[in-house]
Order: sequence, then structure tokens, then C-alpha cells
Amino acid sequence: MNLLIESIQWILDPQNYVGGNAIPLRVLEHLGFTVATLLIASAVAIPAGFFIGHTGRGRGLAVSISGAFRAIPTLGLLTLVALSIGIGLGAPYVALTILAIPPILAGAYTGFEAIDRRTIDAARAVGMSEGQIVRGVELPLGLPLLIGGIRSAALQVISTATLAAYLADFGLGRYLFTGLKTRDYAEMLGGSILVILLALALEGIFATIQRFVVPRGVVSSRSRVVRVR
Amino acid sequence: MIEFRSVTKRFTTDVVAVDDFSLVLPSRKITVLVGSSGSGKTTLLRMINRMVDPTSGSIEIDGVDVASLEPVKLRRSIGYVMQNSGLLPHRKVVDNVATVPLLRGVPRKQARREALELLDTVGLSRTLADRYPSQLSGGQQQRVGVARGLAVNPNILLMDEPFGAVDPIVRAELQQELLRLQQELDKTVVFVTHDIDEAFLLGDQVVILRTGGLVAQIGSPTEILARPADEFVASFVGADRGKRALHLENHGGGELVVDSEGRLAGVLTRDTESGAAAQGRAGR
Repeated sequence: MNLLIESIQWILDPQNYVGGNAIPLRVLEHLGFTVATLLIASAVAIPAGFFIGHTGRGRGLAVSISGAFRAIPTLGLLTLVALSIGIGLGAPYVALTILAIPPILAGAYTGFEAIDRRTIDAARAVGMSEGQIVRGVELPLGLPLLIGGIRSAALQVISTATLAAYLADFGLGRYLFTGLKTRDYAEMLGGSILVILLALALEGIFATIQRFVVPRGVVSSRSRVVRVR
Repeated sequence: MIEFRSVTKRFTTDVVAVDDFSLVLPSRKITVLVGSSGSGKTTLLRMINRMVDPTSGSIEIDGVDVASLEPVKLRRSIGYVMQNSGLLPHRKVVDNVATVPLLRGVPRKQARREALELLDTVGLSRTLADRYPSQLSGGQQQRVGVARGLAVNPNILLMDEPFGAVDPIVRAELQQELLRLQQELDKTVVFVTHDIDEAFLLGDQVVILRTGGLVAQIGSPTEILARPADEFVASFVGADRGKRALHLENHGGGELVVDSEGRLAGVLTRDTESGAAAQGRAGR
């Protein structure tokens, strides 16, 4: 219990808000790293997922590749990449992008797959082109599941981004590694609490976005079902 | 006029959906393709707007081979109404109706105004325009589907079991509505159903199909009932049973029409003159 109080004291200590190791700076680094990783992963996974979801081709490949990606231990991968490209932020970016791709990819294609085939067939039959079907039908209807995929990727990345400090003077993970080395457990626990708070905040933001992007016609059908019950 | 010329469609080498099918669908008439599942009727319909391309043979619209037309452009010139309406759930009723005109570059305001007019045409209140499809009943959704099909003012209207998923009362209503619309609009309608009663009610020309897209008989409802081509057709249209197999029974001078199960279908009136006279007497 003492340790918990000490760690909260550590978080509130004004000394930790100045200099190159200041908490706000570390939080920003951590967030920036997370956002950048998610952007890179999205740039790869979303177009691929849309292609798979729209055409139905390559689904088996995507499932097995993302399954394999998920099974890779992140710390092991991080070490492996670091050995080939060296110390610094490069290795964490690679490792965490690989961690983030499977959930985003799955969100993108399951979002498309979950749409009633008859809706898409009708859209095609009245004369929408493939591009118009993707933009006007599949994207809006599949968006909630895609955001769900990004949400779960974000949660994994923001917690695992602590590992970036293993190879660079970077992010909230710094407090954990320093604390471990100097046996300053208050700092270590304080850093962990900050990561947890950040993850929860991000989770809240994504939950809100996810609710917000459900198309209105779809919302009203749900509320109607509730009312009937 | 739509013409099928020796059209064959194989989905795999074994599965023949349509086998050497030839047919002329006259303009401004309702042609009904009727058959049980697996008879290739939907496949035939979908070949007209190139949702399916034939393995061999050709389909011509007013003498133009559809294979020479760009699918998206072709589809935008043909109305399409499907079962379960196929409306976009995330767009309001009015936007659903205006979908294709907007794609064709009609200005937003004009498209909306015309969509509202179409709601009148299909007998829907304009107050529903800003609802979402999920907030409508099945019958209302189907009417919106018809309005969307009419939105580009097509010459051809393809209807794929459009009333299959609504209850019998609403279905009867929609069928009458379609007949009324057809009197006003004079489209070339291709209608697919598995319901022979619906086919006889709506069709100027009825095509009865058997499994594998083989034609069992083509003709007007009268011709088919009067002279079914074979056992299959007779049994499919029910000419040998129920309310279509009627006979006369004499009850104390009055001739009654009775169906095969002994249920009373009506009275036989010898000619229209005596019928009118009888009505006139009853009127006084």
C-alpha cells in the first residue's frame, strides 16, 4: 500500500515535470509513437482489408498471416529487429507496426463482410460502380468494425510501446526501465500507472468514436428493436 | 423489345442454370418468368442488366447486344427491384430513391424533388421521405424499392420476386398497385416469381420454366390454362386440382361452379345480358 502512495506522490512530484525526463514530455512521446505506429499499420492494413472484404479474395491468406503475426512475441521480435537495424526507435516501430496490423486488418475486412450481401448486390444492380460501392456502401456500413479494430490495436500498441524504452531514451517505458535498474519501485509503478491511465483515456476516446460512426439508419433500427422489446 | 438468342449459362461445367433459351419480350408488356427454385429465372433476369453474363448466346435490347454495353451504364438505364427491397440502410428514403439520378449527375435539388414525386407515384406519404428504411414496414420498403427502380425513368423495369417477402394482404395490394402503375407508365416489365397466381395476375406473357432453365411453355395466361403444353405445366399451374379445376353441379335448376375439393366457387351465368338483367332486378 505504501508503494502505491509513494508512486502517486512520484506522479505528483513537481520535480518530475521539468527537464528532459518530465512526465508531460514522456506522455507526448508515448502518444506520438502510438499514433505514428497506428498510422503506419493502418496505411498497410486498411487498403489490404478493404480489398479482401470487397473482393472476398485472399481471406485465407490474411487470416493465417495475421494469426502468425499475433503469435510472434513482441520482445523477441524487437530484439531481432534491433540486432539487424541497430539501437534506436526503428526497431520498436517495426515490431509494434507488426503487432498493430492484424487487428486493423481484421476490422477492415470483417466490417465489409458483415454487410448484408443483398444490400451490396442491389447497389451494384442499380448501377453503382465498384468504387462507389466501396465509398458509398461498404465504407460507411463497415466503419464501426474498422474503428473497433483500430481500437484494439491502439490498446495493444500503447501498452506495449513501453518496450520502446528498451532500445531508446523514449516514452513512459523509460520510468519502468530506470526504476527497475535503480530499484526505485515508486517510479516504476508510477510509470505503469501513467501507461494505464493513458490506455484508458484512449480507450474512452475510441469507444466514443465507435459509437459516433454507426450510421444513423442502423442506429434507429437498433433502438427500434429495443423499443419493441 | 428484349430478345434472348440461344442463351446458355453454366456456372460450372456440371451446373447448367439456363440451357439454350430463346425468347422475345415485347415492349410495354409485363413478361413473367415463373418456375421453382433452380429453374434459372433469376439468372435470366440478371443477364438483361449484365449482373450475369451468358456463357454463350446473346441478349439484345432494341437490337443492341448488351454485351457491347458498359455494365454500369447499362444498369443505370434499367430499373431494378429486388426482394427485401435492397435499400441502403444508412440512407434516408428520399436519398435511396435519388441514388441513381445523383450518380448520373442530376443536380441535388432536382433529384430530391423528383424523388418526392416518385413517392407520390408509388403511393407513399412524403412524410416518410426523411425516415430510414429500417423505420418502414416491409410493404413500404418494397414501394420505396419500386420508386428507386423508376427513378431514372427507365424503359425497362426488372423485378426479382419483389413481393416475395411481404404478407399476403400487402402482396395483393402491391400487385394491384403495379398493375395500376403499368397502365400509367407503360414500361417493359420483366417479373420473376415462383407464384403461379401472381404470374397469371400480372403477366401479359407468362414463361413457365423447369429445372435447368428449360422452357416448359410460353403464352398468355389464357393460352396456358386452356392448353397446358404437358403434364408438368398442367400440374404446375394447378389445372388439375383445387380452385383451377372447376366443374358444374346442378342444384334445382341453378348451375353452380364447384372446385375439385367440392368447395363452392360461384354461380354460372349463361351470358352477360341475363347477368345484367338479374342485377337490374336485384337493384329494384
